[in-house]
This record gives sequence, structure tokens and C-alpha cells, in this order.
Amino acid sequence: MNSHLVRDLEALKKRLLTLAMRVEENMLKSVRSLRAMSENMADEVVVSDKLIDSLEVDIEEDCMKILALHQPVASDLRFVITVLKINGELEHIGDVAANIAKRVGYIRAEDKVEIPFDFETMTTRTVYMLKTAIDAFLRQDSALALGVCSDDEIVDMANRECYSKVREIISKNPKSAMCCINWLLVSKSLERIADMCTNIAEDVIYMRHSIIARHNIKAASEQIRGESEE
Amino acid sequence: MILTMENPKEKTRCFAQEDTAAAPLSGAAQKAKKTDLPVPEAAVSARGFCVNYGSFKAVKNVDIDFSRGRVTAIIGPSGCGKSTFLRCINRMNDFVDGCTTSGLLALDGVNIFHKRLDVVELRRRVGMVFQRPNPFPKSIYDNIAYGVRLQGRIARSELDEIVELSLRRAALWDEVKDRLSSSALGLSGGQQQRLCIARALAVKPEVLLMDEPCSALDPKSTARVEELIGTLSGDYTIAIVTHNMQQASRVSDFTAFFYEGNLVEFGKTSDIFTNPKCEATNDYITGRFG
Repeated sequence: MNSHLVRDLEALKKRLLTLAMRVEENMLKSVRSLRAMSENMADEVVVSDKLIDSLEVDIEEDCMKILALHQPVASDLRFVITVLKINGELEHIGDVAANIAKRVGYIRAEDKVEIPFDFETMTTRTVYMLKTAIDAFLRQDSALALGVCSDDEIVDMANRECYSKVREIISKNPKSAMCCINWLLVSKSLERIADMCTNIAEDVIYMRHSIIARHNIKAASEQIRGESEE
Repeated sequence: MILTMENPKEKTRCFAQEDTAAAPLSGAAQKAKKTDLPVPEAAVSARGFCVNYGSFKAVKNVDIDFSRGRVTAIIGPSGCGKSTFLRCINRMNDFVDGCTTSGLLALDGVNIFHKRLDVVELRRRVGMVFQRPNPFPKSIYDNIAYGVRLQGRIARSELDEIVELSLRRAALWDEVKDRLSSSALGLSGGQQQRLCIARALAVKPEVLLMDEPCSALDPKSTARVEELIGTLSGDYTIAIVTHNMQQASRVSDFTAFFYEGNLVEFGKTSDIFTNPKCEATNDYITGRFG
């Protein structure tokens, strides 16, 4: 047994989990800062995003070392490739969470308007997608991953509804435009995070089944079902 | 005896890990293990091929096709039967006491173990390169010319041409052209191994068998031999036994994984090293056992 490789893969997994936890915390905090309209909390999100950036670089370097030193193949190779990709997605989610937090200052500065989308439902769903995608990675569970992919449509729809609602509010009350646009940006950010959770889920499917699900999740889902029936 | 069957070349085949002669196969393995006859494109084919050393079953019920002009790597832990199988292709095991075979092993559709088969001609058509370079204690020129002379009288100019061509094909000509009459034993290990490959090529074989050809070589010589395998593929059908996973993945088009005498999985190298179908293959190539 190649104990050095197993040890390094285990360490890599732990490091990715640390990153995932930090990103999840930051995302929750950005949602809380918006709910409470707390600029202090929003600033904390922006500051801790720097830690996320540095952890992402460390994980990428670890992956490079493993590839260069161990030349992994088969399931080990797919694991390292998946970590490399998820690492990038998590860092990006961290950036988007920081962008959400940055909206607090702009929204506070404007006259208060009705939030043009179901804030609680959309944030809860997006956070759930992130948690589930990471869970799917940990358990190598493609059923969980497929669930994340199908949830994406719910968030997409909420974002589309937000756009229509913003148009409607602005046409009725043009003074609310700036505030509405910032809320639309929040909605768009949540939709992007959901997209990135879907990417993570698709990476998990690749890791588990060596199927690239990126452009045709339906076919991938059928293939996975076919494999499990065999 | 000419043999035909469906073309399984592009498929990855995952066979049962137990003794397939004794145990029933899973649905997928049964589909893959049709005991129809070999594909015409295959230079070497085995169907239900077994090798026993006395009562010990060294190779069990193997079905495989070596595609013409392609490189097939045979991998597996020590004692899994890979070298035994390889050596059967030019009947090297004929000299081993108590070694018996059953089933079919065919070269171009002709049973290698047919009692009227000319074994000398078989060994001309199927060259072999061993783990340790084994040049004859003769000059570089005579090493290459040896097999050609055995085939009958030949004009000196023609022999010179064959020697040069073989050494060129083995990427050795530039290094030895000025000392062809020197002893081959004075060459470095890597050069000696390429000389052995040139010697095998001189008799115009169709198949080259390589039994861990780089295991006694340094990294640079290994790289030269691997490059050579790359240039020879297309013109020769090559079967290489190796313990070096990276080497198997670098040089071969197809990979066969043997375990305890069974062919566990066979498929395109790119599939085997990224997405093996059998857990045993995955565990072996990732270094978790063996």
C-alpha cells in the first residue's frame, strides 16, 4: 500500500474541508449581515475572504505536489482533479459571499424598499445546496450530488422572478431604482453561488463515476442509474 | 485454422476475479467472455487459455486479443501469471518440466500449440526481449546477423543492410556504427538492451514480446527504450510485461491486468488508468495492494 500517497490524500481532504467550512461560515455571515443590515458583520466577511484566498492557494499547491510526486492514477487521480476544481469553486463562492456583504452599505444608504424576492427561501436553499454539495463530496454520494443539480432550477427561477419584480417596482417608483438594483445584485449573487454548488456536485459525479456531467446532467443521471442497476 | 468473432477491441472488459474456469461469471463478464473465435485484426488471440505447472494453475481461462500494430501492457503483482502467459506466445514454456496448456492461443488465427507448427518459424515471427539484456559474447555486428544467418545463406551486402536497418530501428546505429566489430558486452546496459531489440528486429518478426525490458536499466536508458517502443508500434504488435505503472500508462495502447492467473480487466490504457471498472484493478494501479 502506498502509505505516503494515502497520507497526503487524507491531508488534502482535511484541508479542503477546512476551506469548505470557512466558505460556508462566510456565506452564512454575509446573509446575516444583510438580514441585520450590519456593516460590521459585512466587513468581517470581506476580511475573512482573504484567509479563504490564501487557503485556496495552499490547496492548489498541495494538489500540484501530489500530482508531481505520486503521479496518481484512477480513483486517486480523479480525487485530486476533483479537489483542484472544487477548490476553485469554493474560493469563487467566498468572493461572491463577500460581494453580497458589500451590498449592505449601499442598501442602507438608500430609502428602504420591499425586498424584491423571497430572501429567506432563496438564501436557505442556496446554503443548503452548498452544504449538500460538500456532503456529497465527503460521502462520494452521487444521489446527493444529483439532488444539488436539480435544486439549481429553484434558485434560478427565484432570480428570474426577482428581475421581473425589480422592473415592476422601479416602473412604479423610479426613486427606488438604486436600492432595487442592489437587491437584484444580491439575488444574482445567490444564483451564481447555486451554479457553483452545481459545479461542485458535477465534480463529485466525475470523481465517483468518471462521468463528465457538466453539459448533460440528464444523460449523466441515466448513466449512473444504469450503472447501479448493473 | 482461421478464426473470426465480434470486435471487442475498444471495450473495457472486466472479468470475474475468481477462477473463471470453475465459477460462473457475472452478466457483464459473461458478455465479454464469449468464447467465440478471435478477431482477424488481432495478431495474437487467446480463448479459454490455461497454463498449468503440474497441478498449479498459473493462467486460468484467459480470453484476450492483442491488436495488430498496437502496444499491450500486461500488469499484475508477482506470480499472477503475466510472464507465463507472455512466454507461451513464442512457446518459451515448452522447456519447463510439467508445464501444460489448454484452450486456444493463436497467432494470426493459427494455433500456436498445434503439433505440426514449426516452433523455429514461430520464434522468428515472435521475438522476445528479456528483463536483463542478454547479448551474445560476439561482436555487435554478429549479434544482429546471428538470427539472419540461421535462416540461410545471405549476401554480405544484404546482411550489412539488415544490420544497419535493425540498429537504426532500435535507435542504436549512431552510437555503434564506428565499432560494429567490437564486443557487444562492452556496451552499456541500455545499449545492450537496444541491441537485443535490434537483434529481434533483424529477423523481421511480427510480434515483439518484452518481459520487463527496462527493469535493469537506469532512467535515461529506460526513456530510450520507451521511445523506441513508441516508434516500433504500428509496424509491430508489442506485448510488454511491466511492474512500472507509469511505464504501462506511457507506452501502451491497451492494458491487461492479471491477478492470481485470471485476466481481471482488459481495455484501453486511457480507460484503465483513469476509470478502471474493477475494484481490484483500481486498488492495484493505485498501489493499494500488490
